[in-house]
Amino acid sequence: MTAHTASARPLQHPNPLALGIARIGYEVRAYFRQPDSVFFTFLFPVLLLTIFATAFGEQEYGRDAAGDPIGAAAYYLPSMLAAGILLSGLQNLAIDIAVERGDGTLKRLAGTPLPVVSYFIGKLGQVLVTGAAQAVLLIAVAAIAFRVPLPASPEAWLTVLWVFLLGVLTSAVLGIALSRVPRSGKTATAVVIPIVLVLQFVSGVYLQFSLLPEWLQNVANVFPVAWAAHGMRAALLPDTLAVLEQGGEWNLAGVAIVSAAWLVGGLVLCALTFRWIRKDT
Amino acid sequence: MNSQQPVVRVHDLVKRYGQRAVVDGASFEIARGETFALLGPNGAGKSTTIEILEGYRDRSGGLAEVLGTDPGKGGLDWKRRLGIVLQSSGETGNATVREQLRHFARFYPNPRDVEEVIAAVGLEQHAAQMIKKLSGGQRRRVDVALGIIGRPELLFLDEPTTGFDPEARRRFWDLIRSLKAEGTSILLTTHYLDEAAQLADRAGVIAGGRIVALGAVHSLGGEDAWTPVVRWREGEGAHERMHEHRTTTPGAVVAALQSRLGVEPDGLEVVRPSLEDVYLGLIGAASTEPSTTTDQEVPA
Repeated sequence: MTAHTASARPLQHPNPLALGIARIGYEVRAYFRQPDSVFFTFLFPVLLLTIFATAFGEQEYGRDAAGDPIGAAAYYLPSMLAAGILLSGLQNLAIDIAVERGDGTLKRLAGTPLPVVSYFIGKLGQVLVTGAAQAVLLIAVAAIAFRVPLPASPEAWLTVLWVFLLGVLTSAVLGIALSRVPRSGKTATAVVIPIVLVLQFVSGVYLQFSLLPEWLQNVANVFPVAWAAHGMRAALLPDTLAVLEQGGEWNLAGVAIVSAAWLVGGLVLCALTFRWIRKDT
Repeated sequence: MNSQQPVVRVHDLVKRYGQRAVVDGASFEIARGETFALLGPNGAGKSTTIEILEGYRDRSGGLAEVLGTDPGKGGLDWKRRLGIVLQSSGETGNATVREQLRHFARFYPNPRDVEEVIAAVGLEQHAAQMIKKLSGGQRRRVDVALGIIGRPELLFLDEPTTGFDPEARRRFWDLIRSLKAEGTSILLTTHYLDEAAQLADRAGVIAGGRIVALGAVHSLGGEDAWTPVVRWREGEGAHERMHEHRTTTPGAVVAALQSRLGVEPDGLEVVRPSLEDVYLGLIGAASTEPSTTTDQEVPA
């Protein structure tokens, strides 16, 4: 019966985009049901901002145009936004997909007619949704709990928006590519966390970027994390702080070029290397 | 597609890992609407064979065709017509049973009703529970539900009832019979011979990567393998012996025995080989030299 009805009338094939959007909802729900992803990926930057703002509360990081001091919370907010981009995208997906490859989730999906592109839309959408919620939470905590003055100009927020979108997509795509590296789900954390930590340190997420030696700044500037932090500083910090940056000014073109290059490279790498399962191992 | 054409065609299938052939020239076919069981000990090549047919593994040689398509090249249209229940599942399970089924139903053009499938696998009481909170047997039923949600033409079941209690196994059998009644073709691997006997129209026994017997479950191994055995004890004291006589006419043998002894034969039994006896004979014969004895005496 099944066979005859199937061949007798034309059936609506589910559209890959609609399936991708359905997967976003599914992925976001699964994300928030996992306590370790909620803590180590979602809440971690908020926790760090709280620690920095409390520990270095007395410190002054410069003065704005009106001569008011810039505190630790204000200074670290752009860095924490960049950390969030890295954690929500790269760390989250690299571990998540490696675990899914190890525990049979991908094998099961491989046996269904789910298009790979729908799976990717689901993952990227999950990163976008959770990363945006995290950024909003960070900004809200900074403004409400630590009274960080936020910029009033729409241009500044537009910059925050595109630096976030470009950064988080690049980070997510690189996470998908990196998920191929761990040989099993169990080793995923051990492979991914050190990479993420080192990237954060050299990119001036935890340390003041302007205090790092110039050669290290140059190394960090090869990677998109330092640029995401730079872009966020350009949007959120007063222009009086631009003198601390390399070249003495904000370089938004640099943010766009380096991030876009990594995004394109990451997409090519994913297209070439992504497989549902490792065949015959 | 022509309904006379087999849904699965395997000819001289070979899978080698280095020098070792895990599947070594297996051949069989499954007709449309048929339930076919692949039986064999662990490491015989059952799962490798089924995973080649599901498209998960590449073959080293021979022909494999599933729904008229080379499984190594099957695309989404091909996968829409298949249902796959893998041997193991260890997913995190951060979705409820109902969420998971609703989500997977979306992948297919003509899925079954989610609530009906939940009822069919007996998980009504657990529909709103997280999959990670379910027991092993319950999770296995979710696997089966996910395998049939897309209304497949051909269903692969790789050891589907591992971890089921007897009641769940009975219900599973009923479910498979109803799928069969709807015309679903099924390839089943199992360790449980009673399951194969209950469900399969035909079976193949695989040992050492080869099909050593193929046919209706109750004629596997040929007529000889199913010949009944008459057993009795005879003799006094140290001379007492267990006698065994294989015969297609056990009634006549017993009647002759009774009239020869003049008394009720001691320890008399007439045993028809069970599927298990036949099966063990087949896989034993594949690994060692066959020992066919028709009439023998063994010490009691």
